[in-house]
Amino acid sequence: MNAFAGTGMLTRIVLRRDRVRLGLWLLGVPLLGYALAVSVFGIYPDEAARRGYAVTSASSLVARAFNGPIGGAEMGAVVVAETYATAAVIVALLSTFAVVRHTRQNEETGRAELLGSSVVGRYALLTSALLVVVGVNVVATVLLAVALIATGLPVTGCIAAAAAIGGVGLAFTAVAAVTAQLTVTSRGANALAAAAVGIAFLVRAAGDVFGDASPDGTRLESAWPSWVSPLGWGNQVRAFAGERWWTLALPVALLIVAVGCAYALAQRRDVGAGLIASRRGPGQAAGWLRGPAGLAWRMQRGTLLGWAVGTAVFGFCLGVAADEFQAMISDNPAAADVIAAMGGGGRLVDTYFAAVLGLFALAFGAYVVQALLRIRADESEGVLEAVLATAVGRSRWLGTHLAAAALGALALLLVAGAGTGLGYGVVAGDIPGRVLALAGAAAVWLPALVVVAGVVIAFVGLLPRWSVGLSWAALLTFLLLGQIGTLLELPQLALDVSPFTHVPAVPATDADPVPLIFLLAVAGLLLSAGAAAFRHRDVPN
Amino acid sequence: MAVIEIDKLVKTFGAFRALDGLDLRVEAGQVHGFLGPNGSGKSTTIRILLGLLRRDSGDVRLFGADPWRDAVRLHRRLAYVPGDVNLWPNLTGGESIDLLGRLRGGLNPRRRDELLELFGLDPTRQFRTYSKGNRQKVAVVAAFASDVELYILDEPTSGFDPLVKAAFEEEVRRIRAAGGTVLLSSHVLAEVEALCDRVSIIRDGHTVVTGSLTELRHLTRTTIGVETARPLTGLEALPGVHAVREVEGRTRLEVEPDHFDALLAHLAGFGVHALTSAPPTLEELFLRYYGNQVGSRDLAGSGPSDLDGSADAADRR
Repeated sequence: MNAFAGTGMLTRIVLRRDRVRLGLWLLGVPLLGYALAVSVFGIYPDEAARRGYAVTSASSLVARAFNGPIGGAEMGAVVVAETYATAAVIVALLSTFAVVRHTRQNEETGRAELLGSSVVGRYALLTSALLVVVGVNVVATVLLAVALIATGLPVTGCIAAAAAIGGVGLAFTAVAAVTAQLTVTSRGANALAAAAVGIAFLVRAAGDVFGDASPDGTRLESAWPSWVSPLGWGNQVRAFAGERWWTLALPVALLIVAVGCAYALAQRRDVGAGLIASRRGPGQAAGWLRGPAGLAWRMQRGTLLGWAVGTAVFGFCLGVAADEFQAMISDNPAAADVIAAMGGGGRLVDTYFAAVLGLFALAFGAYVVQALLRIRADESEGVLEAVLATAVGRSRWLGTHLAAAALGALALLLVAGAGTGLGYGVVAGDIPGRVLALAGAAAVWLPALVVVAGVVIAFVGLLPRWSVGLSWAALLTFLLLGQIGTLLELPQLALDVSPFTHVPAVPATDADPVPLIFLLAVAGLLLSAGAAAFRHRDVPN
Repeated sequence: MAVIEIDKLVKTFGAFRALDGLDLRVEAGQVHGFLGPNGSGKSTTIRILLGLLRRDSGDVRLFGADPWRDAVRLHRRLAYVPGDVNLWPNLTGGESIDLLGRLRGGLNPRRRDELLELFGLDPTRQFRTYSKGNRQKVAVVAAFASDVELYILDEPTSGFDPLVKAAFEEEVRRIRAAGGTVLLSSHVLAEVEALCDRVSIIRDGHTVVTGSLTELRHLTRTTIGVETARPLTGLEALPGVHAVREVEGRTRLEVEPDHFDALLAHLAGFGVHALTSAPPTLEELFLRYYGNQVGSRDLAGSGPSDLDGSADAADRR
């Protein structure tokens, strides 16, 4: 008996199946690292600006919680403080999803069963997934180090910073290897692993909030909780600030232990089974679950609740940060210019809120796309056929989904505005006033999100087979136009393609109704075209 | 009254002609078997009947109305079980049944509970955890618990075990007794034989034959075994006689139904000791219609044959 038989072949299948995704990962991480580092150079060009940033970062609780411990006023340390937290979470999630995709998802779809009946050992599936994800993390680390070195930062620090990120990838590869053994669904395994990322972030944040600043005020020494969190380990490598190489052994040790656990679990369980049994549910439908609207609520409520909780927490923190932001900006004219370029004139803090709400709105674009692409997923899975064979017509089905997505987007916008207002109100006073003002300001973004909905519906109606890729590509285009379009000095005509460009930067400016009406008109055209096509085409298509 | 009337229906997907002049007529109160090899166009026909796909040409009437234009109104009067049942993975079976029934316009809660019991389905489990057979049970229970006039069932029993199949057949008989109409697409010949009043066999997108099973049997060759005092000669020259061969001292042959008289007259001249006649088994019947050796010779012309008037064939047996 050879429990690893077939690993080589399965590894090649994984590489073949994911060649595009893995390629994007390997290209994207170094490019993102390079771009972020260079943008930090621009914001903190001189010693004085960096010293000010370091002192603020070491003393501000918000900066400690979000960015982790600052390692000093060196350029490299500032780059790490500005970028590490985001990059680490991204790499953690990429690793998680990749492992689950090639382990539990194969079992859920039944592929593993077919493979298991051929000459494939019990550990082969897990091993091939781990080989690929660990390998990609290692290669990405090397490429990231090269990219950082190319920016001109000190070589030792670049290697340490890249290795810190790679270590996070390995740690969450390990976590996902275990969660993939626990649940029956890949969705469940992803949720567990993503929850682990969230908890690791919170534990790390707690450790850094309770840390001690150095006597000169430019460095922070984390408290013990940061040493418990795999996300914190990367900070403790101390890239550009007197590297502690031995901390890189922590994620490797976790990987070895967790992979051992995963093998032990895989050895004891049946193919397709999990350790967490799938829940039983009600044997009858609730009274409100009687039409398309009830169904849309039933299918979306979990996702919507997750988004709402995340938005509320994040909004609250950004609201709290607004006050410190103002203080920080007034010390740094370069950063103030960047912020001012993001939208309108007015008070700096209002510009900040407009930028924050705009980012929230872009994120909610993902919610809208995801919610409306359910229509297409239902169609390809055969659910739509069963539904349209009942007394529910196509227009009603489409209209309900659209209404649900739009209401969900509005709810999220209000939560984002209210959460931010609450956070700002707590530090600056006048909670009800701030909550109302920012919730109103957030709602201004709704027409842009309705345009996003119109784009998705148009694709689903007119180009159903391409709708998933095209919808996400459209949203990504809007995101890129908004984020780097101005930096690249693209012509206004190109920037105008994105609906988000047209939304007035409330509260920094007044809520001009003209562009909003224009957006709603565009959305109306897209929706009518998509709905008409959907009514007249074959289902399934 | 005809519940389903389809005339010369054509549907193409790009260059592929999925339906090529298909005809189908189902009268109220009938259980109608809808048969054909994989890929012959059964599911496409059903989807057009449900107003999911648009026809290219031909005429389709469901309850006398256009199924594409009046889809919603017509769907209140029918229940559909898809061939590949996929519903909401995170809803339980019970929730899915109730929801489907309510979307259709209502469901009889007492019947629902009886059917759950009869089919042995646990309604508290999430849909994603069900096997193929249990997924089909969800759709079948939701359909049979709805008080409708027409049931369109696309290979509903392919994942069922024999006990569940028996329960299914019992329910179809109950529907027929109550005056309901059923269009049953199936590959299970025993089930078709047990349930269906009439069958339509389609191949390559058009109807090959329509009729009752008895009528269909009369339309194909019967196998004859014969022992005679003197050696048999001249059989090959007889019209409608095929596949003459010697098996264990006995002559076996196949004869077309219209040529029994001539064959029997010929045999009488050789001193018949023993004669056996075996009508085609259902399997042979279907293999003949599904398979490539189908010739227009076997049928009344190359078009669809309606056998209502072929009583003379029965008289000859």
